[in-house]
Amino acid sequence: MDARRAVEQAARDSYGRLLAFLAARSRDLAAAEDALGDAFRAALEAWPQSGMPDKPEAWLLTAARRRLIDGVRHARVQADAAPTLLAITEEAQAVASAETIFPDERLKLLFICAHPAIDASARTPLMLQTVLGLDAARIASAFLVQPAAMGQRLSRAKAKIRDAGIAFAVPEPSELAPRLDAVLEAIYAAYGRGWDDVTGADPRRKGLALEALELGRLLLRLLPGEPEAQGLLALMLHCEARRAARRSAVGAYVPLSEQDMTLWSVPLIDEAQALLSCAERTGRIGRFQLEAAIQSVHASRAWSGHTDWEAIALLYEGLVRLAPTIGALVGRAAAIAAARGAEHGWALLQEVPAAAVTGYQPYWALAAHLLKRMGRMGDSADAYGRAIALCKDAAMRDFLAGQAPAPEHRGHRHE
Amino acid sequence: MNYTILIYETAADFARRNDPDAKKRAAYWAAWPLYTKALKDAGVFVGGAGLQPPDTATRLAIRDGQRHVQDGPYADTKEQLGGFYMIDVPHLDAALDWAARIPHADGRVLEVRPNLVPPG
Repeated sequence: MDARRAVEQAARDSYGRLLAFLAARSRDLAAAEDALGDAFRAALEAWPQSGMPDKPEAWLLTAARRRLIDGVRHARVQADAAPTLLAITEEAQAVASAETIFPDERLKLLFICAHPAIDASARTPLMLQTVLGLDAARIASAFLVQPAAMGQRLSRAKAKIRDAGIAFAVPEPSELAPRLDAVLEAIYAAYGRGWDDVTGADPRRKGLALEALELGRLLLRLLPGEPEAQGLLALMLHCEARRAARRSAVGAYVPLSEQDMTLWSVPLIDEAQALLSCAERTGRIGRFQLEAAIQSVHASRAWSGHTDWEAIALLYEGLVRLAPTIGALVGRAAAIAAARGAEHGWALLQEVPAAAVTGYQPYWALAAHLLKRMGRMGDSADAYGRAIALCKDAAMRDFLAGQAPAPEHRGHRHE
Repeated sequence: MNYTILIYETAADFARRNDPDAKKRAAYWAAWPLYTKALKDAGVFVGGAGLQPPDTATRLAIRDGQRHVQDGPYADTKEQLGGFYMIDVPHLDAALDWAARIPHADGRVLEVRPNLVPPG
């Protein structure tokens, strides 16, 4: 293996673990990142000459440690931090020279990235950067913001962690549930970023879904048996299983009910189902397990041949009680409409607070569909117009335009 | 690390200090020394004070070396600074835990900020 590839491999395997170790002790993510970045650069220079070290992580940690000591010497750090940093570097050396396995403190890193004191819009980018080592430019393009703006958001978050003294610690048991929710949400948000880019045609977001799956798998490894971590991973796997079926050969949007099930990935569905059964056995239900269970019912169409909409409606009912988000309310209305008729779904849809749905595209798409089924063509055409206007995806726009009643209905309200 | 817990209060919160109901008034006042004692017993107390209501505030601005003195608090907002505590705890979560126990905090907004450490 050539040196560059060796460094890249070491970075992939251990970047997050090395960063977690250094940051948990220095309490300064940015300084730890700088030190580690220098260590990787040094590796690129040294390894081609000296050959790949036996313990690349130990080598990198020693190099990063030197840089941290320099940082202390240059006294850019607060005076009271200097002894702490020196203690860290000693500990780092002890760890590096020991035969024991390098400690994995990435769970602390996941929790600190999703700390409630961190701006919510910075949590997912921070996780991608610190835990997976994604570079800021790539994160910026995935989030469709300018690199400078994303850089600023990330450094603001790191400064907040350092200056506000946010602890690098796994929360106390009493705090764990709400704090874990924030971690799960941040990971799911990364998946959502990848999911929007269905075809993978948008190179700016390529692979963010896979990064989210990697985070999901990591979280489950660090919190084995945690049912909501299993639920989140199951949910993402179910969605991922259908990736190939979501667009036709010519790139047109294919709704779930019309997808070619032979294109679904059976291994991913199986893995999701297995995770969900494990989660269910704990008897601790949660939002992500319910969302995964809904997808699981959809997936079972692959062998049962039909969709059990009553089961889906029931799961949405549970979801609405647990987390009455707009998405859950709209999903419940859709399921009830499919199970019991458009009027029943419409009645539920009208209970959704009007102020919350003005910019929520799925609400208008469902409203348009139900109004059409109820024969209110004018209202349906208006709702389709609204759904199309709110749509960010060209294939989805074309699909909705094809579903909408003929244009002569538009503006002719059916009372 | 030293943190300051800033306690923001509405007019109704300030009014509780002089609640006409003697029992309620006594309950209001009794809670503060107990909280302060808890901070001291835990060894985290650094300082603190309750502030007189905002109508006692005087705003002072200096422009071109001239003093401009005016009646009233700095910002005309619904919530006003009612008091503060300074505590010494290891990290933000510990500071938030103490802030959450501030007497009569339900329905109020608190702000927790690290104290500035001068450079050098």
